[in-house]
Amino acid sequence: MSTAWSVTRRRHRLGSTEVVYLALLGLLALSAVLVAASGGNLFSQANLVDMLTRSSLLGMVAVGQTFVILSGSLDLSVGYVVAWSSLVAATTMAGDPARVPLGIAAALGVAALVGLANGTVITRLRVSPFIATLGVGLIIKGYLDTQYKGPAGEVPASFQAFGYSRIGPLPVSAIVMLALVAAGAVVLARTRLGHHMFAVGGSQDVARLSGIRTHRTVISAHVLSALMAGVAGVLIASRFGTGSALVYTAGYDLNSIAAVVLGGTLLAGGRGSVIGTAGGVLILGVIDTVFNILQVDPFFKDVLRGVIIIVAVAVYARRQIDPSSRRTRFPAGRTAGGEAR
Amino acid sequence: MTRPVRRLGALHPLTPGGHWAAYLILVLIFVAVFWLNPSFAEPASLMAFVKKAAPLVVLAVGQYFVIVNGEFDLSVGSLVGAQVVIAAKMLNGEESRTWPVLAFMIVFGLLIGLVNGLVTTVLRVPSFITTIGMMFVLYGAIRLWTGGAPTGALSVAFRQVGRGGFASPVGQFQIPWALVVVVVVAVLAVSLMRRPFGRTLVATGDNPRAAEFSGVHHAWVTTRAFLLSGFLATVAAVLIGGYAGVTAQVGAGLEFTAITAVVLGGVVLGGGRGTVPAAIAGALTLEALFTLFNQLSVPSTLRPTVQGAIIIAAVAFAALPRRHRSRPVSGAVAPEGREPLPAAG
Repeated sequence: MSTAWSVTRRRHRLGSTEVVYLALLGLLALSAVLVAASGGNLFSQANLVDMLTRSSLLGMVAVGQTFVILSGSLDLSVGYVVAWSSLVAATTMAGDPARVPLGIAAALGVAALVGLANGTVITRLRVSPFIATLGVGLIIKGYLDTQYKGPAGEVPASFQAFGYSRIGPLPVSAIVMLALVAAGAVVLARTRLGHHMFAVGGSQDVARLSGIRTHRTVISAHVLSALMAGVAGVLIASRFGTGSALVYTAGYDLNSIAAVVLGGTLLAGGRGSVIGTAGGVLILGVIDTVFNILQVDPFFKDVLRGVIIIVAVAVYARRQIDPSSRRTRFPAGRTAGGEAR
Repeated sequence: MTRPVRRLGALHPLTPGGHWAAYLILVLIFVAVFWLNPSFAEPASLMAFVKKAAPLVVLAVGQYFVIVNGEFDLSVGSLVGAQVVIAAKMLNGEESRTWPVLAFMIVFGLLIGLVNGLVTTVLRVPSFITTIGMMFVLYGAIRLWTGGAPTGALSVAFRQVGRGGFASPVGQFQIPWALVVVVVVAVLAVSLMRRPFGRTLVATGDNPRAAEFSGVHHAWVTTRAFLLSGFLATVAAVLIGGYAGVTAQVGAGLEFTAITAVVLGGVVLGGGRGTVPAAIAGALTLEALFTLFNQLSVPSTLRPTVQGAIIIAAVAFAALPRRHRSRPVSGAVAPEGREPLPAAG
């Protein structure tokens, strides 16, 4: 059985990804008109860069969150992982350019350990993902609040440039995000781990009976999610020039879940895509940028964001109820025995 | 059919997975509190504890209805915040408006519950997402309405419920109104769960399909659970507003504390398991834990760490496979050691 077969099959199932990008295009058109009406240009380089920069950090976290949600789990600890890894990166670097690789490695290592802890608590101790990751998040929060009273560490100037500089029109952080999205899409479509994630999220029992080590898959998803949050933390450190515990107040946990679901991934797991998540993140990023350009009250943005998330998921839910969108599992003519009708 | 053999007799409910574990933790923490500070057992200190714990108990009962039905309500924290801010702005310190404003708040709370319930059931949006969306909407709308910071003031009569009380017929202490509210809410909730509605609520949470096949109107049952949650969040808002006053931060993060409390009481996320008294015990355990932290003078910054570790430990303990009960040999029951992971979200 070739890989191409399963890929086309999956693409057929994930019609919601196209809906996400159609919505994004519609939103971009509407926003362009609104911005043009107030005498601006949405597609000016400054605005595009702003849009991508705003989306990039949430995008990284959301890619990891996609793996976790796809596997039928949930990660509420990502905000704290972002904060912690930014601190570890900045304090390890301590302003010394030679220690930059060490700082990045330490930050990612810490993040991976948190992911391992999340996955282990969920699979071995059989605590529900909601409570497990909330609990681990609280443990980290307490440690951060006690250990760091304010910003700590220093990122050398050479690495600070990483947070702001651009290659052509693209900010480096956006390139990192796009690379992670691409890598995530490849993992889901081409690797054994990715296929296992779909299987485990679809039905843990069926996956186990088919010979998949379900615990290992869930733990891997959590490690990947924490690693992505770790990358976001390192980028925040390079952008701020220092590590800060207060990053966890930015709401990466709920916002990343919202972006994943907005991207058409089923909250219950088993269906979804990283590409869709990227679309969801970009939708939120465009709204942010447009509201910023039009100088609308930021609180109105929260209201709109809430409404958009609910409406989007309601639309996806309707598509899934629609019988014509259901995949025919046993098309006529292909059944081996040929059922009597 | 063989009857299950109970080797541990009366102690069986206390073993891992037993439904009395929640009460055991509560008793242990209270013993520790009393041991460290015997004066805490005096009626006055206990009443002060009740006043502090009352809002969380009421919120936990509201969250219980939703969770036992297999859903989530993450909007209660921002609903509490919104209600307190609404009360302050509409009252503006005037006593005569107290009752009309209370009536408006109840209608508003029920309305939010209705919207949550209908979006979840009719539009088939998972309640986790519905209520996150509602959380964003309420957070933004309230700040949009007040221009960022809460304005106005609560009336004296309004604040009585949360911080006032009446003289006890025996002894030299005050019985807080909050205790009356908690007892009334608890009694009503327990009796509601014994009525057909309560049975249906749990049955739907345990197995929605089976419940529907036996004639349950799933959508309406779930919507009523959200209505109850919205109403009880309003009651909690009145208690918190009275006890702590009006700030922009009020209610922030309360949804997670309430869910933690309910889960600590042994109510299973995903529905179908747990009781109202257990949810109340969970809320009291959490508040007692905070009191214990005070007495041990745990640095306030370290409290989340201990809280997180204890939640995980408590839930892991409750999830341990039960070994001491032999099952009917019919083979219809799957061995519990191979239970699937708890459902996400």
